[in-house]
Amino acid sequence: MTTSVSPNNTLRRELYATALALLVALAAGSVLILTWGESPARVYGTLLAETWGSAYGIGQVLFKATPLIFTGLAVALAYRAGLLNVGAEGQMAAGAFVTAVAGAALPTDTPGVLAVPLALSAGMGAGALVGALPGWLRARFGAHEVITTIMLNFVIAALVMWAGRAGFFVIETTHTAPIVAGAELGSLGLGTSAANLSFVLALVFVVWAAWFFGRTRTGFEWRVVGASMPAAEASGIRVRRVIILAMALSGAMAGAVGANTVLGDKHYFEEGLARGAGFMGIAVALLGQGQPLGVLLAALLFGTLAHGGFEVNALVPRELVEVLQAVMILALLATSAAVRRAAETAPATPATNATTTTNTKQGA
Amino acid sequence: MEGLFTLAFVAQVLRITVPYALAALGGTLSERAGVIALALEGMLLGGAFTTTIAAYATGSVALGALAGVAGGTLVAALYGLIALRFAADQVVASIATNMLLFGLTPFLSELAFGSSASSPPIPGLGPEVLLEPLFWVALALVIAVAWMVRRTAFGLRLRAVGDHPDAAESVGIPVMRVRWLAVLMSGGLAGLGGAWLALSAAGFTDEMSGGRGYIALAAIIMGKWRPSAAVFACLFFGFAEALQLNLQATAGGGVPRELVQMLPYVLTIVALAGFIGRSRPPGALGRPR
Repeated sequence: MTTSVSPNNTLRRELYATALALLVALAAGSVLILTWGESPARVYGTLLAETWGSAYGIGQVLFKATPLIFTGLAVALAYRAGLLNVGAEGQMAAGAFVTAVAGAALPTDTPGVLAVPLALSAGMGAGALVGALPGWLRARFGAHEVITTIMLNFVIAALVMWAGRAGFFVIETTHTAPIVAGAELGSLGLGTSAANLSFVLALVFVVWAAWFFGRTRTGFEWRVVGASMPAAEASGIRVRRVIILAMALSGAMAGAVGANTVLGDKHYFEEGLARGAGFMGIAVALLGQGQPLGVLLAALLFGTLAHGGFEVNALVPRELVEVLQAVMILALLATSAAVRRAAETAPATPATNATTTTNTKQGA
Repeated sequence: MEGLFTLAFVAQVLRITVPYALAALGGTLSERAGVIALALEGMLLGGAFTTTIAAYATGSVALGALAGVAGGTLVAALYGLIALRFAADQVVASIATNMLLFGLTPFLSELAFGSSASSPPIPGLGPEVLLEPLFWVALALVIAVAWMVRRTAFGLRLRAVGDHPDAAESVGIPVMRVRWLAVLMSGGLAGLGGAWLALSAAGFTDEMSGGRGYIALAAIIMGKWRPSAAVFACLFFGFAEALQLNLQATAGGGVPRELVQMLPYVLTIVALAGFIGRSRPPGALGRPR
């Protein structure tokens, strides 16, 4: 009877909703492909073959997935404490910019064991600051983090351009000076792909987040705050501190994107680097149900689509994959609501009693 | 500075302000009914695209504008379906809606015009803003919507639904229907804003909404969720933008353009934090039932 509210059943429900959303997205994509006059089987087949069918393809998928793991974790971290961080885009830009500036400012002979952590922690620190500001505004003034983070995205984009033009960009370009050799992250050696060691770093963060959510006191406190801020306050949790800390950590995670794009690939910061990965982090976190492992899987899926879209561009416009990604999220929002509703109404059948129905409603 | 505040300058300010104002007006309706207006960006982009298709096919500016209204409304219907019918998180639904339009419009542009970057030229607006019927339509809409929200029974219902949906329902106001109406109207108004963008540029270019939906949201917050105040905030943003464009063209400008660009956003954060009077959102904003 009460199985309808058990975690096991909830998970099955969410997986069902996710599978349904993927099907809807595939179907919508097929319609667009047919409109274009191509065969869906051929396009999807090419997409798969060119991504997971070769070492280079796999490497490119991992390369595209890496920033999404960072930003997806960033969104999931804040969401655990009940906060929606729409500012990963700006935190990421600030982080990558500072990573590049710090990496270029180091003495040229700095060894890797020193240069990489220094450049990266400078970037993550910048991301943390950009994240902590809306956290503080929320905790201190009650300014909603959704709006302040959106607005900060634009402020950061402008500030980075301004700082760049004021002296950090190489003259007549929109990119910074190259980082020192020691700060460069090694390649994963998957064909000629751009996949680099930052993917391993991302995996480490996934494991850390799983441990943090599941095994630490702070992680538990965040969850209480996320469930109900007044209840958390009443039980003695310092909610304001949690809000600021959660946003700062979230920002730091988004700031780590520079490891992939700057330290691992370009070796400098360029205007528009990894643009959109911050917003995509929201989609990735949602698709991954806010769970670290789910974020990893969702990022790999979106990474596959991102590189796959590039590869099928000869058959259909690559914008197709952007549509697929968006439809997936919209469909997931709809199907999870529909599946939730179905689960709510199911116990109302004569086989069960009225108590179950009320339980289910409270659970949802 | 001399010679800057000419009639041409005023016209430029108005030209920039119109799409902001229409989107902000629509967004105010939606937010006053308790539905987050973050999908304005997608509505603007959708409206700009359908306008281009219609104006290209028929050669008529008026039909283009109407198609813009229809396109924005269509985007709003999709958003409403997810946010209202399925009661999903409105912020996430908005962002996904915007993502969809940013992918769909270049795809369809490639399909229709053979280029995802831009469309062929369409009949557009003339150089004189004040001679454009569409400008006067926009102005009339501003006045009408401000009056509607403040003085009519529908406006009262709108505010009741956004602030106290349960109380509204208990006195017999159909909450969902009012919210649907508000969202669809916001789509129509933002779609007309998109039409202005496309007609003003005489064609569609990829990502031509360029963050204007977010500026409109900033104006809504600056205007404390009052239609006329939101439009004045848009006018201020339009003024700052035009000033910047002119300074750049003439003197090179002592003020870095990035600092002017971030002005609306900084002001919004400051307003939300309560430094320029309390900016309080409608009571049930973003809460599905």
